[in-house]
Amino acid sequence: MTDTLVMPAVTAEAPEQRRRVRPSGGVDRFYRVVLRLGGGLVLVLMTLVGVFLFQKAGPALKLAGWSFLTTEAWEPESGRFGIAAVLVGTVLIAGVAILIAVPLATGMALYVSEYAPRGLRRILVGLVDLMAAVPSVVYGLWGFAFLQGHVIGLARWLATYLSWIPLLEVTGADPRDPLATETVYTSSTFIAGIVVALMIAPVICSIMREAFTQAPIGEREGAYALGATRWGMIRSVVLPFGRGGMIGGTMLGLGRALGETIAVYLIISPVFVIQPHVLQNGANSVSALIALRYGEAGEVALSALMAAGVALFLMTLVVNFGAAMIVARSRSGAESDS
Amino acid sequence: MPEPRRNTATLRQEDVLSALGAAVAAFCLTALVFYWIAPFTGVLGFMVCWFLAFLGLFAALVWLDRDGPAVRDRLVSVVVHGIAILLLSALVFVVGFTIMRGFAALVHPNFYVEDLGVTGPLDPLSEGGAVHALIGSLEQIGLALLITIPTGMLCAVFLAEMRGPFPRLVRTVVEAMTALPSIVAGLFIYATVLLMLHFEQSGLAASLAIGVMMLPIMVRAADVVLRLVPGNLKEASLALGASRWRTAWHVILPTARPGLATAVILGTARGIGETSPVLLTAGFNKAINADAFHDPQVSLPLATFMLIKSPQSSMVARGFGTAALLLLLVLLLFLIARLIGGRGPQDLTARQRRARARASARDLARYQRRTPPTTPIAVTEEVQ
Repeated sequence: MTDTLVMPAVTAEAPEQRRRVRPSGGVDRFYRVVLRLGGGLVLVLMTLVGVFLFQKAGPALKLAGWSFLTTEAWEPESGRFGIAAVLVGTVLIAGVAILIAVPLATGMALYVSEYAPRGLRRILVGLVDLMAAVPSVVYGLWGFAFLQGHVIGLARWLATYLSWIPLLEVTGADPRDPLATETVYTSSTFIAGIVVALMIAPVICSIMREAFTQAPIGEREGAYALGATRWGMIRSVVLPFGRGGMIGGTMLGLGRALGETIAVYLIISPVFVIQPHVLQNGANSVSALIALRYGEAGEVALSALMAAGVALFLMTLVVNFGAAMIVARSRSGAESDS
Repeated sequence: MPEPRRNTATLRQEDVLSALGAAVAAFCLTALVFYWIAPFTGVLGFMVCWFLAFLGLFAALVWLDRDGPAVRDRLVSVVVHGIAILLLSALVFVVGFTIMRGFAALVHPNFYVEDLGVTGPLDPLSEGGAVHALIGSLEQIGLALLITIPTGMLCAVFLAEMRGPFPRLVRTVVEAMTALPSIVAGLFIYATVLLMLHFEQSGLAASLAIGVMMLPIMVRAADVVLRLVPGNLKEASLALGASRWRTAWHVILPTARPGLATAVILGTARGIGETSPVLLTAGFNKAINADAFHDPQVSLPLATFMLIKSPQSSMVARGFGTAALLLLLVLLLFLIARLIGGRGPQDLTARQRRARARASARDLARYQRRTPPTTPIAVTEEVQ
C-alpha cells in the first residue's frame, strides 16, 4: 500500500492565477548598478593601497633577501637594513600594553555589565567610548610630560627587586648608588607600553562588555538558584560565555597597539639594536621608524620603509582576522555582528 | 504574624561598613609602616600598599562571620570596583592634565584668532595663537568627509543589501583594511600623491591620507548599523509594492539614521585626532593657510606634536593649548554623537513618539476623506 502523491494539475487554463512579480523595474536596476559601483569603488581603492604597498616594497625585499628579517641596523643607503630590532621593539611595547590593559579592561567590563547600578551604566559606557576617542597625541603628551617623570620610581623598584626576570633587567644601573642618574629608566619600552595600554584598554573593554552583557539571563538565574555568590555566577556563567569576546577583544587591542605611532614616537628614544630590557632607556617600533625616517629621499630608503610598513600591516592583519574569527565562532559572537 | 519582607538589595550594610572600616584601618596601618617604620616615600607606592592592606583587612573582616566563597565574592567585588575607579580616574586625569596645562594658553583670547606666523620663540602667550591649526584641521577633515561619506555610505548599503560572492569579497577586503596602521596610510599617500604625482605637501594630501584611513572604519561601522534594521520593516515595505530603491531610501536609511550619524561622527573624531598620516603629508606651516590645495597646512594634532618638542616653555604651553583645543573639539563631536545616536532604531523619545502619533492620525484622516463613509469597505467571508 503506497501513497502516491499526485501533482496538482498546473494552471494551464488559468494563466492569471500566478503572476510572476518582476524583481525590479528600471529604477531598481539602476539602483543595483549604483550600489555595485559603490562597492566596486571601495574594493578597487582598498586593493590599490594593498597592491601598491607590496609592489613598492618589492625592490627593497629583493635587495635585502632573508636578511631583512634578521638585520638589526637600518642603513638602507649602504644596503644593510632589516626589521629585527624594530619588530621586536613593536612586539615588546604591544606586549607590555596588553599585559597592563587586559586586567584593567576585564575589570571595567565586569563592573559595567555586572556591578554598576543600572542608571550609571549608560554613562559609564559613554565614558569608556570617550576614552577610546581621545586622540593618541593627547595620550602621548600625557606620557611625555607627566608619566615619564613619575614612573621612574616604579621602574627602579621593579629593576631592583625583580631583575631576576630576564626582561626586567637593567644594565648600567646600580640600585645601591644613591647618586646614580635616573635617565637610564626614561624613554623605555615600559613607559611607552603604559601609555599604549591606556589607549587600548577602552577598545578591549567595549568588546568584552558586549560579550558579557549577552550572557543568557536563564543561566545566570540558574547559577543563583543553585546558591552561587555573584562571583560564583560570573565565574561559571559570564566568563565562559564571554570567553570568545575576551580573546577577540584582546587581539583587536593588540592590533591597535602594534600600529600605534605618535604616542610611542613621543616617548621612546630610538635604538637600532634588539633591546630586550623593557625598563631600560631605548626602544623602537616599526611605526616610529617610519615617522622618523620618511624624509630620507632615496628610492631604496623609501622602498625599505614600505617593506617595514608591509610587515607591520601583515602582522596587524593576521591579528585582526584571528580576532574576528574567534569572536564569530564564540557563543556570544554568534548572534551579534561585532 | 506576617512574614518580614526580605531584603533583596545587592548592597549589604555590613559589607559597606566593613569596607569603610577596612579602608580606614588600612590607611592608618600603611601610614604607620610606610612613612614611620620603613624608609619609603612616594604617593604611588603609598596608594598601592594602602590598597593591598585594605584587601587583606577587608577579607579578614568578612571572614569573621562568612565562609570561603563569600569572602572570595566580596574580594572580587572590591577589586572590580577598584579597577573601575582606577581606569575612570586615569581618563579624568589625562583629560584634566591636558586642559589644565593648556589653560595658560587658552585664557588668552588671541589664542583663537591669531596664528604663529610672526610669533617669535620668546614672545609671551598674549601673542600668537592656534587658529591656523584649527582652520587646517577643519578643512582637512571636511575634505576627507567629502570623499568618505558618499563612497562609504554607498558601500555600506551595498554590503547590507546585496547577497552573493562579490559583497562577501568586498566585506573581507574592507575588514582587512581596518587593520591598516594609520602611519602606513600616510606612507601610501606620501609615496603616491607626493612622490609619484609630484603634488606638494598640502591639506589635500593630508585629507586623502585621513580618508584612506577612515574609509574602512566608517564602512564597517555603518554596515553593522544597517544590518541592525529589522528585516520585517524591509519586508513590509517590499510587500506594499515599493521598489528596492524606495525601500532603501524611505525605510532602511531613515531607520538607521541615528546609528549612521554616530558612525560618521565617531569616524570624524578618530580622523581629526590622527597625527601620523598628517605628519607625512601635510608639511608644517606656522601661518594661516586657508587654501587646502597648495602649500603646507598644519592641523591641531600636528601643531601639538611640533610645539611640544620645542625647548621654549611658552611654545610648550601653546602645544598644550592646542591639544586642549583638539580635545574639546573631540568632546564636542562625541557629545553630538551621543545626543543623536544614543538610542537604537525604533527606540523613540516621548516627543518623537507623539510626533509619530500625530502623523498617524493625519494619515487616518486622509484615508477617511478619500473613502466616502457611506460605502463601508465590504468584508466578504470566504470559504474556510
